[in-house]
Amino acid sequence: MSLLEDVGRGTSGFFEYAGGAAALTAEAASLTARLQIRVKETFDQAYRLGVESTPIVLLTSLFTGMVISLESANQASSYGVTDLVGGAVTYVSSRELGPMLTAVVVAGRAGAAIAAEIGSMVVTEQIEALEALGLSPVRMLVVPRLLAMIAILPLLVILADIISIIGGMYLAHAVSGLSYGSFLDSARAYSSFPDFLKGMSKAIVFAIIIVIIGCYQGLGVRGGAAGVGKATTSAVVTSIILIFFANFMLSILLFGTSTQ
Amino acid sequence: MAIYARVDNATLRYGDKVVLRNCSLDVEEGAITCLIGLSGAGKSTILRLLNGLRMPDEGKVFVQGVDLATLSNRDLIDFRRTIGFSFQFAALFDSLTIGENVALPLIEHTKMAKAEIDKLVTETLDSVGLANVGESMPAELSGGMLKRAGFARAVVTSPKLVLYDEPTTGLDPIITHVLTDTIKRLRKQLGGTAVVISHDLSSIFAMADHIAMLFEGAIIAYGTVDEIRNSRNPIVQQFIQGSEVGPIPL
Repeated sequence: MSLLEDVGRGTSGFFEYAGGAAALTAEAASLTARLQIRVKETFDQAYRLGVESTPIVLLTSLFTGMVISLESANQASSYGVTDLVGGAVTYVSSRELGPMLTAVVVAGRAGAAIAAEIGSMVVTEQIEALEALGLSPVRMLVVPRLLAMIAILPLLVILADIISIIGGMYLAHAVSGLSYGSFLDSARAYSSFPDFLKGMSKAIVFAIIIVIIGCYQGLGVRGGAAGVGKATTSAVVTSIILIFFANFMLSILLFGTSTQ
Repeated sequence: MAIYARVDNATLRYGDKVVLRNCSLDVEEGAITCLIGLSGAGKSTILRLLNGLRMPDEGKVFVQGVDLATLSNRDLIDFRRTIGFSFQFAALFDSLTIGENVALPLIEHTKMAKAEIDKLVTETLDSVGLANVGESMPAELSGGMLKRAGFARAVVTSPKLVLYDEPTTGLDPIITHVLTDTIKRLRKQLGGTAVVISHDLSSIFAMADHIAMLFEGAIIAYGTVDEIRNSRNPIVQQFIQGSEVGPIPL
């Protein structure tokens, strides 16, 4: 009986969460469609959530590109196909690791910041104050963050892709003696512009996940400082899980399941 | 005098806890109505009913004859623009300066030019004794100054009804006196109605036209200052005398 109750409670909680997040997304979309947009706040958020995340995104991308190159260069050398290294780094970065790792890093930094900031506003009655002033918290807080993230995350992904490829190219040259020209020729041969575009389109979905989950967790804070901490952790964990899941689904959708 | 707002037989629960139980209250137009009662009695909840931040599970709330339950979400947002709300801990937006906090409802709800808004913000801050703090951040002000900045934001649009949630709690007697005078003066200036929650009986007796006492989720006494002072209700007497002995359980 207890197990059944737990399952029932868990299922009900899941649907309540999913419904709440979907309703928040729908309200933000509706406000955006009606051009209820705070332009200055959107630019401010783009700077705070996106531009300030750039160094950490670039660092993680650099090391990711270098490690892919290191692994693939070692393998490629043993089979005498070092001309595939550039293609491998570019292919993996543009289609999978660039968008996903960028989103994970941004979820950890900006998603946590969103949940903590909005959660603190709940605790200090600032959200109620907005409502009391006849202002919609979704319009004031969620829409600017959502639009900012949708605009900035694809750009961060492009930067991450470029830095990852540069890191990979440097390491392939340093470890396997592969010339920069050969690396770039291989990169051009085994990757395509649509791959980069698809990677950017993934970033749009990830941006929505990061902001909606961060805002939803923040707006749902109960119980003071402890509640803010819990919401922040939940926002990051939930966002990362959803990013991995969405990445898997989007990869099937965008790239198909064919191994050819 | 006419009734500006009415809470009619409202019952409200937070989970299993019943906060208001068949609670009724009339707020007279143009008067200062003060709500007194023990902590957790439901006073702040009544304020939130009056501006539609909460809806009762049972019963109704009317403001200027309009049943708030009949308003759509968008109408409710518009309706709240007609009511000022001064929060217990000011609830100023900490990412904005004091001036930007006070200006926010004007920027969002009016088509006033920036110069007009700046002028009105300065005047409103002056009227609560906060000249020259417009550029300060909320974190730089004392508790009393924050409360007054919260007052300024609540009244800057000249609302017909202003709700004050514990405006003098935790402040020294001089600031308490200043804030009490400010509430009375603002009511006169705006010519509107005010509902004030406070535990500070001297300040309540100094400003109230009517006092309502809330106990266990219901209004158990309502009257003028003298009527409440001379009430024969033992709960009211125990409360205003601050006595440990009486029907109120400790």
